[in-house]
Amino acid sequence: MYEFDWSSIPGALPFLWRGMCISLEITLTAIGVGILWGTLLALMRLSKLRVLGWFAAGYVNLFRSVPLVMVLLWFFLIVPQLLEKLLGLPPGSDARLSSAIVGFALFESAYYSEIIRAGIQSVPKGQASAAYALGMTYGQAMQLVILPQAFRNMVPLLLTQAIILFQDTSLVYVSALADFFGAAYKVGDRDGRLVELLLFAGAVYFVICYSASLLVKRFQKGTSA
Amino acid sequence: MISIRNVSKHYGSFQVLADCSTEVAKGEVIVVCGPSGSGKSTLIKCVNGLEPFQQGEIWLNGISVGDPKTNLPRLRAHVGMVFQNFELFPHMSIIDNLTVAQVKVLGRNLDESTNKSLKLLDRVGLKTQAGKFPGQLSGGQQQRVAIARALCMDPICMLFDEPTSALDPEMINEVLDVMVELAREGMTMMVVTHEMGFARKVAHRVIFMDHGRIIEDAGKEDFFGTPRSERAQVFLSKILQH
Ligand SMILES: Nc1ncnc2c1ncn2[C@@H]1O[C@H](COP(=O)(O)OP(=O)(O)O)[C@@H](O)[C@H]1O
Ligand SMILES: [Mg+2]
Repeated sequence: MYEFDWSSIPGALPFLWRGMCISLEITLTAIGVGILWGTLLALMRLSKLRVLGWFAAGYVNLFRSVPLVMVLLWFFLIVPQLLEKLLGLPPGSDARLSSAIVGFALFESAYYSEIIRAGIQSVPKGQASAAYALGMTYGQAMQLVILPQAFRNMVPLLLTQAIILFQDTSLVYVSALADFFGAAYKVGDRDGRLVELLLFAGAVYFVICYSASLLVKRFQKGTSA
Repeated sequence: MISIRNVSKHYGSFQVLADCSTEVAKGEVIVVCGPSGSGKSTLIKCVNGLEPFQQGEIWLNGISVGDPKTNLPRLRAHVGMVFQNFELFPHMSIIDNLTVAQVKVLGRNLDESTNKSLKLLDRVGLKTQAGKFPGQLSGGQQQRVAIARALCMDPICMLFDEPTSALDPEMINEVLDVMVELAREGMTMMVVTHEMGFARKVAHRVIFMDHGRIIEDAGKEDFFGTPRSERAQVFLSKILQH
Protein backbone atom coordinates (compact mmCIF):
# COMPACT_ATOMS: atom_id res chain seq x y z
CA MET A 1 0.00 0.00 0.00
CA TYR A 2 1.36 3.36 -1.07
CA GLU A 3 1.95 5.79 1.81
CA PHE A 4 1.18 9.39 0.99
CA ASP A 5 3.64 11.97 2.21
CA TRP A 6 2.62 15.55 1.58
CA SER A 7 5.48 17.08 3.56
CA SER A 8 7.42 18.39 0.57
CA ILE A 9 4.54 20.65 -0.56
CA PRO A 10 4.58 23.44 2.07
CA GLY A 11 8.23 24.23 1.53
CA ALA A 12 7.77 24.21 -2.22
CA LEU A 13 4.84 26.64 -2.24
CA PRO A 14 6.87 29.76 -3.18
CA PHE A 15 8.39 27.87 -6.12
CA LEU A 16 4.98 26.56 -7.15
CA TRP A 17 3.54 30.06 -6.88
CA ARG A 18 6.22 31.37 -9.24
CA GLY A 19 5.20 28.57 -11.59
CA MET A 20 1.55 29.62 -11.32
CA CYS A 21 2.57 33.17 -12.22
CA ILE A 22 4.26 31.87 -15.37
CA SER A 23 1.16 29.84 -16.28
CA LEU A 24 -1.02 32.89 -15.80
CA GLU A 25 1.37 35.09 -17.75
CA ILE A 26 1.27 32.73 -20.70
CA THR A 27 -2.52 32.44 -20.46
CA LEU A 28 -3.19 36.15 -20.25
CA THR A 29 -0.76 37.11 -23.01
CA ALA A 30 -2.12 34.41 -25.29
CA ILE A 31 -5.68 35.62 -24.62
CA GLY A 32 -4.72 39.21 -25.37
CA VAL A 33 -2.77 38.44 -28.53
CA GLY A 34 -5.25 35.73 -29.48
CA ILE A 35 -8.18 38.15 -29.38
CA LEU A 36 -6.35 40.90 -31.29
CA TRP A 37 -4.78 38.67 -33.93
CA GLY A 38 -7.86 36.44 -33.96
CA THR A 39 -10.04 39.47 -34.72
CA LEU A 40 -7.76 40.48 -37.59
CA LEU A 41 -7.81 36.92 -38.93
CA ALA A 42 -11.60 36.82 -38.66
CA LEU A 43 -11.89 40.11 -40.54
CA MET A 44 -9.53 38.82 -43.23
CA ARG A 45 -11.53 35.63 -43.50
CA LEU A 46 -14.72 37.63 -44.01
CA SER A 47 -13.06 40.14 -46.31
CA LYS A 48 -14.01 40.49 -49.96
CA LEU A 49 -10.32 40.36 -50.86
CA ARG A 50 -9.79 36.71 -51.76
CA VAL A 51 -6.08 36.73 -50.95
CA LEU A 52 -6.72 37.80 -47.37
CA GLY A 53 -9.46 35.22 -47.04
CA TRP A 54 -7.19 32.47 -48.29
CA PHE A 55 -4.36 33.50 -46.03
CA ALA A 56 -6.60 33.52 -42.95
CA ALA A 57 -8.25 30.22 -43.87
CA GLY A 58 -4.85 28.63 -44.43
CA TYR A 59 -3.54 29.93 -41.13
CA VAL A 60 -6.55 28.75 -39.16
CA ASN A 61 -6.63 25.33 -40.80
CA LEU A 62 -2.92 24.82 -40.31
CA PHE A 63 -2.95 25.59 -36.60
CA ARG A 64 -6.15 23.68 -35.98
CA SER A 65 -4.77 20.58 -37.66
CA VAL A 66 -1.52 20.14 -35.76
CA PRO A 67 -1.18 19.18 -32.09
CA LEU A 68 -0.45 22.07 -29.76
CA VAL A 69 2.49 20.23 -28.23
CA MET A 70 4.17 20.10 -31.62
CA VAL A 71 3.64 23.80 -32.23
CA LEU A 72 5.21 24.47 -28.86
CA LEU A 73 8.23 22.35 -29.71
CA TRP A 74 8.68 24.08 -33.07
CA PHE A 75 8.62 27.43 -31.40
CA PHE A 76 10.87 26.19 -28.64
CA LEU A 77 13.40 25.20 -31.30
CA ILE A 78 13.00 28.22 -33.60
CA VAL A 79 12.07 31.26 -31.56
CA PRO A 80 15.14 31.43 -29.27
CA GLN A 81 17.43 31.54 -32.30
CA LEU A 82 15.21 34.11 -33.98
CA LEU A 83 15.19 36.31 -30.91
CA GLU A 84 18.94 36.01 -30.61
CA LYS A 85 19.30 37.24 -34.16
CA LEU A 86 16.60 39.91 -34.02
CA LEU A 87 17.32 41.38 -30.61
CA GLY A 88 21.00 40.60 -30.54
CA LEU A 89 20.66 38.51 -27.38
CA PRO A 90 23.71 36.49 -26.44
CA PRO A 91 23.37 32.88 -27.60
CA GLY A 92 21.96 30.54 -25.02
CA SER A 93 19.95 33.22 -23.19
CA ASP A 94 16.70 31.86 -21.81
CA ALA A 95 13.96 32.51 -24.34
CA ARG A 96 11.84 29.56 -23.31
CA LEU A 97 9.12 31.75 -21.83
CA SER A 98 8.98 34.06 -24.86
CA SER A 99 8.88 31.14 -27.25
CA ALA A 100 6.13 29.46 -25.22
CA ILE A 101 4.14 32.70 -25.23
CA VAL A 102 4.58 33.23 -28.96
CA GLY A 103 3.63 29.61 -29.69
CA PHE A 104 0.51 29.77 -27.57
CA ALA A 105 -0.56 33.15 -28.87
CA LEU A 106 -0.28 32.11 -32.52
CA PHE A 107 -1.96 28.77 -31.87
CA GLU A 108 -4.82 30.19 -29.84
CA SER A 109 -5.41 32.98 -32.39
CA ALA A 110 -6.59 30.31 -34.80
CA TYR A 111 -9.25 29.17 -32.33
CA TYR A 112 -10.19 32.67 -31.26
CA SER A 113 -10.56 33.78 -34.87
CA GLU A 114 -13.17 31.09 -35.46
CA ILE A 115 -15.12 32.15 -32.37
CA ILE A 116 -14.86 35.79 -33.37
CA ARG A 117 -15.86 35.10 -36.95
CA ALA A 118 -19.01 33.37 -35.74
CA GLY A 119 -19.60 36.31 -33.39
CA ILE A 120 -19.35 38.83 -36.23
CA GLN A 121 -21.67 36.75 -38.37
CA SER A 122 -24.18 36.63 -35.52
CA VAL A 123 -24.71 40.39 -35.83
CA PRO A 124 -27.59 41.01 -38.27
CA LYS A 125 -26.44 42.36 -41.67
CA GLY A 126 -28.78 45.31 -41.36
CA GLN A 127 -26.60 46.69 -38.57
CA ALA A 128 -23.69 47.15 -40.95
CA SER A 129 -26.01 48.69 -43.56
CA ALA A 130 -27.30 51.15 -40.97
CA ALA A 131 -23.76 52.07 -39.95
CA TYR A 132 -22.68 52.61 -43.55
CA ALA A 133 -25.86 54.55 -44.29
CA LEU A 134 -24.85 57.00 -41.56
CA GLY A 135 -21.59 57.60 -43.40
CA MET A 136 -19.37 55.35 -41.34
CA THR A 137 -16.32 53.79 -42.94
CA TYR A 138 -15.67 50.05 -42.73
CA GLY A 139 -13.36 50.63 -39.77
CA GLN A 140 -15.86 52.79 -37.91
CA ALA A 141 -18.72 50.39 -38.58
CA MET A 142 -16.64 47.50 -37.23
CA GLN A 143 -15.30 49.34 -34.23
CA LEU A 144 -18.45 51.16 -33.16
CA VAL A 145 -21.28 48.89 -34.26
CA ILE A 146 -20.36 45.33 -35.26
CA LEU A 147 -17.52 44.26 -32.95
CA PRO A 148 -19.09 45.55 -29.70
CA GLN A 149 -22.19 43.47 -30.42
CA ALA A 150 -20.16 40.52 -31.66
CA PHE A 151 -17.99 40.45 -28.53
CA ARG A 152 -21.00 40.77 -26.27
CA ASN A 153 -22.44 37.65 -27.88
CA MET A 154 -19.11 35.85 -27.65
CA VAL A 155 -18.05 36.50 -24.06
CA PRO A 156 -19.04 33.04 -22.72
CA LEU A 157 -17.26 31.24 -25.57
CA LEU A 158 -14.16 33.38 -25.22
CA LEU A 159 -14.00 32.69 -21.49
CA THR A 160 -14.51 28.97 -22.01
CA GLN A 161 -11.67 29.00 -24.53
CA ALA A 162 -9.54 30.88 -21.96
CA ILE A 163 -10.12 28.11 -19.41
CA ILE A 164 -9.05 25.47 -21.92
CA LEU A 165 -6.03 27.59 -22.72
CA PHE A 166 -5.08 27.81 -19.06
CA GLN A 167 -5.12 24.02 -18.82
CA ASP A 168 -3.15 23.69 -22.03
CA THR A 169 -0.35 25.87 -20.67
CA SER A 170 0.79 22.76 -18.76
CA LEU A 171 2.10 21.47 -22.10
CA VAL A 172 5.04 23.87 -21.91
CA TYR A 173 6.68 21.27 -19.69
CA VAL A 174 8.09 19.93 -22.98
CA SER A 175 10.44 22.91 -22.98
CA ALA A 176 11.37 22.27 -19.33
CA LEU A 177 9.83 25.60 -18.41
CA ALA A 178 8.79 25.82 -14.75
CA ASP A 179 5.17 26.80 -15.21
CA PHE A 180 2.86 25.57 -12.45
CA PHE A 181 2.72 22.03 -13.78
CA GLY A 182 6.44 22.00 -14.59
CA ALA A 183 7.27 23.30 -11.12
CA ALA A 184 5.14 20.64 -9.45
CA TYR A 185 6.79 18.00 -11.58
CA LYS A 186 10.25 19.24 -10.67
CA VAL A 187 9.55 19.28 -6.96
CA GLY A 188 7.99 15.82 -7.05
CA ASP A 189 10.88 14.46 -9.05
CA ARG A 190 13.44 15.98 -6.69
CA ASP A 191 11.77 14.64 -3.53
CA GLY A 192 10.60 11.35 -4.98
CA ARG A 193 6.99 12.46 -4.34
CA LEU A 194 5.70 12.73 -7.87
CA VAL A 195 2.30 11.21 -7.08
CA GLU A 196 1.54 13.68 -4.30
CA LEU A 197 2.73 16.69 -6.26
CA LEU A 198 0.78 15.74 -9.39
CA LEU A 199 -2.37 15.09 -7.32
CA PHE A 200 -1.88 18.46 -5.69
CA ALA A 201 -1.32 20.21 -9.03
CA GLY A 202 -4.39 18.48 -10.48
CA ALA A 203 -6.50 19.64 -7.56
CA VAL A 204 -5.34 23.22 -8.04
CA TYR A 205 -6.12 23.13 -11.79
CA PHE A 206 -9.51 21.63 -11.03
CA VAL A 207 -10.44 24.24 -8.43
CA ILE A 208 -9.39 27.14 -10.64
CA CYS A 209 -10.97 25.88 -13.86
CA TYR A 210 -14.14 24.60 -12.28
CA SER A 211 -14.80 27.84 -10.41
CA ALA A 212 -14.05 29.81 -13.55
CA SER A 213 -16.52 27.74 -15.55
CA LEU A 214 -19.16 28.23 -12.84
CA LEU A 215 -18.56 31.97 -13.16
CA VAL A 216 -19.01 31.76 -16.92
CA LYS A 217 -22.30 29.90 -16.47
CA ARG A 218 -23.51 32.53 -14.06
CA PHE A 219 -22.50 35.26 -16.44
CA GLN A 220 -24.33 33.49 -19.26
CA LYS A 221 -27.51 33.35 -17.19
CA GLY A 222 -27.07 37.00 -16.28
CA THR A 223 -26.83 38.15 -19.88
CA SER A 224 -29.49 35.94 -21.39
CA ALA A 225 -32.06 36.98 -18.77
CA MET B 1 -31.43 65.74 -56.80
CA ILE B 2 -31.52 61.98 -57.53
CA SER B 3 -31.07 60.81 -61.06
CA ILE B 4 -31.24 57.10 -61.85
CA ARG B 5 -30.21 56.35 -65.44
CA ASN B 6 -30.59 52.93 -67.06
CA VAL B 7 -29.48 51.04 -63.97
CA SER B 8 -29.21 47.26 -64.20
CA LYS B 9 -28.01 44.82 -61.61
CA HIS B 10 -27.77 41.07 -61.56
CA TYR B 11 -26.68 38.35 -59.20
CA GLY B 12 -25.07 35.84 -61.54
CA SER B 13 -27.70 35.25 -64.18
CA PHE B 14 -30.54 36.60 -62.03
CA GLN B 15 -31.59 40.09 -63.06
CA VAL B 16 -32.62 42.11 -59.98
CA LEU B 17 -32.84 45.50 -61.70
CA ALA B 18 -33.42 45.90 -65.42
CA ASP B 19 -32.79 49.25 -67.06
CA CYS B 20 -34.33 51.38 -64.32
CA SER B 21 -34.52 55.13 -64.88
CA THR B 22 -36.19 57.89 -62.94
CA GLU B 23 -35.59 61.35 -61.54
CA VAL B 24 -36.38 62.81 -58.14
CA ALA B 25 -36.33 66.58 -58.03
CA LYS B 26 -35.49 68.59 -54.94
CA GLY B 27 -38.44 68.62 -52.57
CA GLU B 28 -40.20 65.81 -54.40
CA VAL B 29 -41.70 62.82 -52.63
CA ILE B 30 -41.65 59.58 -54.62
CA VAL B 31 -43.39 56.43 -53.48
CA VAL B 32 -42.07 53.12 -54.82
CA CYS B 33 -44.35 50.10 -54.66
CA GLY B 34 -44.56 46.67 -56.19
CA PRO B 35 -44.76 43.01 -55.27
CA SER B 36 -42.28 41.46 -52.90
CA GLY B 37 -39.05 40.54 -54.66
CA SER B 38 -39.53 43.10 -57.42
CA GLY B 39 -36.30 44.92 -56.59
CA LYS B 40 -37.56 47.92 -54.59
CA SER B 41 -35.08 47.53 -51.72
CA THR B 42 -32.26 46.88 -54.14
CA LEU B 43 -33.06 50.01 -56.14
CA ILE B 44 -33.23 52.25 -53.11
CA LYS B 45 -30.00 50.79 -51.73
CA CYS B 46 -28.27 51.51 -55.01
CA VAL B 47 -29.09 55.19 -54.54
CA ASN B 48 -26.68 55.56 -51.60
CA GLY B 49 -24.29 52.91 -52.83
CA LEU B 50 -25.17 50.27 -50.25
CA GLU B 51 -25.68 47.93 -53.20
CA PRO B 52 -23.33 48.06 -56.17
CA PHE B 53 -24.81 47.94 -59.68
CA GLN B 54 -23.20 46.80 -62.91
CA GLN B 55 -24.76 49.07 -65.51
CA GLY B 56 -26.09 52.59 -65.69
CA GLU B 57 -25.48 55.64 -63.55
CA ILE B 58 -26.93 57.17 -60.44
CA TRP B 59 -26.29 60.81 -59.71
CA LEU B 60 -26.95 62.24 -56.30
CA ASN B 61 -26.72 66.00 -55.97
CA GLY B 62 -24.23 66.07 -58.85
CA ILE B 63 -22.10 63.18 -57.59
CA SER B 64 -21.90 59.86 -59.41
CA VAL B 65 -22.64 57.05 -56.94
CA GLY B 66 -21.21 54.27 -59.11
CA ASP B 67 -17.92 56.03 -59.78
CA PRO B 68 -15.18 54.09 -57.96
CA LYS B 69 -13.50 57.41 -57.12
CA THR B 70 -16.54 58.66 -55.21
CA ASN B 71 -16.06 58.82 -51.46
CA LEU B 72 -19.16 56.83 -50.56
CA PRO B 73 -19.01 57.28 -46.77
CA ARG B 74 -18.91 61.05 -47.21
CA LEU B 75 -21.80 60.91 -49.66
CA ARG B 76 -23.90 58.64 -47.42
CA ALA B 77 -23.36 60.87 -44.42
CA HIS B 78 -25.84 63.29 -45.97
CA VAL B 79 -28.35 60.79 -47.30
CA GLY B 80 -30.72 59.63 -44.60
CA MET B 81 -31.88 56.04 -44.71
CA VAL B 82 -34.59 54.33 -42.70
CA PHE B 83 -34.90 50.55 -42.71
CA GLN B 84 -37.77 48.12 -42.34
CA ASN B 85 -36.26 46.71 -39.13
CA PHE B 86 -35.22 50.09 -37.68
CA GLU B 87 -31.61 48.94 -37.22
CA LEU B 88 -31.00 51.01 -34.14
CA PHE B 89 -27.75 50.00 -32.47
CA PRO B 90 -28.93 47.82 -29.56
CA HIS B 91 -25.79 48.28 -27.47
CA MET B 92 -26.16 52.06 -27.36
CA SER B 93 -28.68 54.27 -25.58
CA ILE B 94 -31.13 56.21 -27.71
CA ILE B 95 -29.16 59.41 -27.34
CA ASP B 96 -25.91 57.63 -28.28
CA ASN B 97 -27.61 56.17 -31.33
CA LEU B 98 -28.29 59.73 -32.43
CA THR B 99 -24.96 61.28 -31.53
CA VAL B 100 -22.45 58.61 -32.57
CA ALA B 101 -22.36 59.40 -36.27
CA GLN B 102 -22.56 63.16 -35.70
CA VAL B 103 -19.40 62.94 -33.62
CA LYS B 104 -17.49 60.22 -35.47
CA VAL B 105 -18.57 60.95 -39.03
CA LEU B 106 -19.34 64.68 -39.14
CA GLY B 107 -16.79 65.61 -36.49
CA ARG B 108 -19.27 67.67 -34.47
CA ASN B 109 -18.43 68.17 -30.82
CA LEU B 110 -20.38 66.24 -28.24
CA ASP B 111 -22.37 69.17 -26.82
CA GLU B 112 -23.55 70.33 -30.18
CA SER B 113 -24.44 66.77 -31.18
CA THR B 114 -26.33 66.13 -27.97
CA ASN B 115 -28.35 69.32 -28.40
CA LYS B 116 -29.19 68.43 -31.96
CA SER B 117 -30.17 64.89 -30.94
CA LEU B 118 -32.46 66.12 -28.17
CA LYS B 119 -34.08 68.61 -30.52
CA LEU B 120 -34.84 65.90 -33.07
CA LEU B 121 -35.98 63.43 -30.42
CA ASP B 122 -38.35 66.11 -29.22
CA ARG B 123 -39.58 66.55 -32.75
CA VAL B 124 -40.55 62.88 -33.03
CA GLY B 125 -42.05 63.08 -29.53
CA LEU B 126 -39.48 60.92 -27.75
CA LYS B 127 -37.29 63.32 -25.81
CA THR B 128 -38.10 61.59 -22.53
CA GLN B 129 -36.74 58.29 -23.87
CA ALA B 130 -33.23 59.59 -24.53
CA GLY B 131 -31.58 57.51 -21.79
CA LYS B 132 -33.28 54.23 -22.64
CA PHE B 133 -32.02 51.46 -24.91
CA PRO B 134 -33.68 50.46 -28.18
CA GLY B 135 -34.94 47.19 -26.73
CA GLN B 136 -37.01 49.12 -24.19
CA LEU B 137 -39.02 50.97 -26.85
CA SER B 138 -41.97 49.83 -28.96
CA GLY B 139 -41.49 49.27 -32.67
CA GLY B 140 -43.16 52.54 -33.57
CA GLN B 141 -40.98 54.42 -31.13
CA GLN B 142 -37.85 52.73 -32.46
CA GLN B 143 -38.70 53.69 -36.01
CA ARG B 144 -39.28 57.30 -34.97
CA VAL B 145 -35.87 57.25 -33.29
CA ALA B 146 -34.39 55.85 -36.50
CA ILE B 147 -35.90 58.75 -38.45
CA ALA B 148 -34.55 61.23 -35.91
CA ARG B 149 -31.13 59.57 -36.14
CA ALA B 150 -31.08 60.08 -39.90
CA LEU B 151 -32.25 63.69 -39.57
CA CYS B 152 -29.44 64.47 -37.14
CA MET B 153 -27.04 64.26 -40.08
CA ASP B 154 -28.81 67.14 -41.90
CA PRO B 155 -29.60 64.94 -44.90
CA ILE B 156 -30.15 66.40 -48.35
CA CYS B 157 -32.66 63.64 -49.01
CA MET B 158 -34.22 60.69 -47.19
CA LEU B 159 -34.62 57.10 -48.34
CA PHE B 160 -37.19 54.86 -46.66
CA ASP B 161 -37.36 51.10 -47.21
CA GLU B 162 -40.76 49.85 -46.05
CA PRO B 163 -40.56 51.83 -42.80
CA THR B 164 -43.89 50.57 -41.49
CA SER B 165 -43.93 46.95 -42.70
CA ALA B 166 -42.52 45.51 -39.49
CA LEU B 167 -44.89 47.46 -37.24
CA ASP B 168 -48.05 46.42 -35.48
CA PRO B 169 -50.98 48.16 -37.17
CA GLU B 170 -51.65 50.49 -34.25
CA MET B 171 -48.14 51.89 -34.52
CA ILE B 172 -48.07 52.59 -38.23
CA ASN B 173 -49.69 56.00 -37.99
CA GLU B 174 -47.29 57.48 -35.47
CA VAL B 175 -44.48 56.78 -37.94
CA LEU B 176 -46.42 57.92 -41.00
CA ASP B 177 -47.30 61.16 -39.21
CA VAL B 178 -43.63 61.97 -38.78
CA MET B 179 -43.00 61.18 -42.45
CA VAL B 180 -45.93 63.28 -43.64
CA GLU B 181 -44.68 66.23 -41.65
CA LEU B 182 -41.22 65.77 -43.13
CA ALA B 183 -42.65 65.65 -46.65
CA ARG B 184 -44.68 68.82 -46.06
CA GLU B 185 -41.55 70.62 -44.92
CA GLY B 186 -40.07 69.99 -48.34
CA MET B 187 -37.71 67.09 -47.68
CA THR B 188 -36.75 65.17 -50.81
CA MET B 189 -37.93 61.62 -50.15
CA MET B 190 -37.88 58.27 -51.87
CA VAL B 191 -40.19 55.93 -49.99
CA VAL B 192 -40.69 52.24 -50.60
CA THR B 193 -44.08 51.53 -49.04
CA HIS B 194 -47.45 49.96 -49.60
CA GLU B 195 -49.17 52.61 -47.50
CA MET B 196 -51.27 54.10 -50.27
CA GLY B 197 -52.86 56.52 -47.82
CA PHE B 198 -49.43 58.05 -47.35
CA ALA B 199 -48.91 58.13 -51.11
CA ARG B 200 -52.22 59.89 -51.68
CA LYS B 201 -51.47 62.43 -48.99
CA VAL B 202 -47.96 63.56 -49.85
CA ALA B 203 -46.47 61.76 -52.85
CA HIS B 204 -45.80 63.67 -56.02
CA ARG B 205 -45.19 60.57 -58.07
CA VAL B 206 -45.67 56.84 -57.66
CA ILE B 207 -43.34 54.26 -59.17
CA PHE B 208 -44.52 50.70 -59.64
CA MET B 209 -41.91 47.98 -60.00
CA ASP B 210 -42.20 44.38 -61.09
CA HIS B 211 -39.46 41.84 -61.87
CA GLY B 212 -36.76 44.47 -61.53
CA ARG B 213 -38.37 46.87 -63.97
CA ILE B 214 -40.04 50.20 -63.43
CA ILE B 215 -43.42 49.52 -65.03
CA GLU B 216 -45.16 52.73 -64.08
CA ASP B 217 -43.74 56.09 -63.16
CA ALA B 218 -46.66 58.45 -62.99
CA GLY B 219 -48.02 61.46 -61.19
CA LYS B 220 -50.11 60.56 -58.17
CA GLU B 221 -53.43 61.45 -59.81
CA ASP B 222 -52.67 59.44 -62.91
CA PHE B 223 -51.48 56.48 -60.92
CA PHE B 224 -54.51 56.25 -58.66
CA GLY B 225 -56.84 57.22 -61.48
CA THR B 226 -55.96 54.70 -64.14
CA PRO B 227 -52.66 52.90 -63.94
CA ARG B 228 -51.66 52.08 -67.48
CA SER B 229 -50.31 48.61 -66.87
CA GLU B 230 -52.46 45.67 -66.00
CA ARG B 231 -49.90 44.47 -63.44
CA ALA B 232 -50.18 47.74 -61.55
CA GLN B 233 -53.97 47.59 -61.66
CA VAL B 234 -54.01 44.10 -60.24
CA PHE B 235 -51.47 45.03 -57.59
CA LEU B 236 -53.37 48.17 -56.59
CA SER B 237 -56.68 46.38 -56.34
CA LYS B 238 -55.03 43.80 -54.07
CA ILE B 239 -53.43 46.23 -51.65
CA LEU B 240 -56.32 48.70 -51.63
CA GLN B 241 -58.70 45.97 -50.52
CA HIS B 242 -57.34 46.01 -47.00
N1 LIG C 1 -27.63 38.84 -52.26
C1 LIG C 1 -28.54 38.36 -53.13
N2 LIG C 1 -28.25 37.33 -53.94
C2 LIG C 1 -29.14 36.84 -54.81
N3 LIG C 1 -30.38 37.35 -54.97
C3 LIG C 1 -30.74 38.40 -54.20
C4 LIG C 1 -29.85 38.96 -53.24
N4 LIG C 1 -30.48 39.99 -52.63
C5 LIG C 1 -31.70 40.06 -53.18
N5 LIG C 1 -31.88 39.10 -54.11
C6 LIG C 1 -33.06 38.89 -54.93
O1 LIG C 1 -33.33 40.07 -55.62
C7 LIG C 1 -34.73 40.26 -55.74
C8 LIG C 1 -35.12 41.64 -55.32
O2 LIG C 1 -34.94 41.78 -53.92
P1 LIG C 1 -35.43 43.08 -53.16
O3 LIG C 1 -34.81 44.27 -53.80
O4 LIG C 1 -35.18 42.87 -51.74
O5 LIG C 1 -36.98 43.09 -53.46
P2 LIG C 1 -38.14 43.89 -52.73
O6 LIG C 1 -37.52 44.87 -51.79
O7 LIG C 1 -38.90 44.53 -53.83
O8 LIG C 1 -38.96 42.87 -52.01
C9 LIG C 1 -35.39 39.16 -54.93
O9 LIG C 1 -35.87 38.18 -55.82
C10 LIG C 1 -34.28 38.61 -54.09
O10 LIG C 1 -34.47 37.24 -53.87
MG1 LIG D 1 -37.68 45.02 -49.70
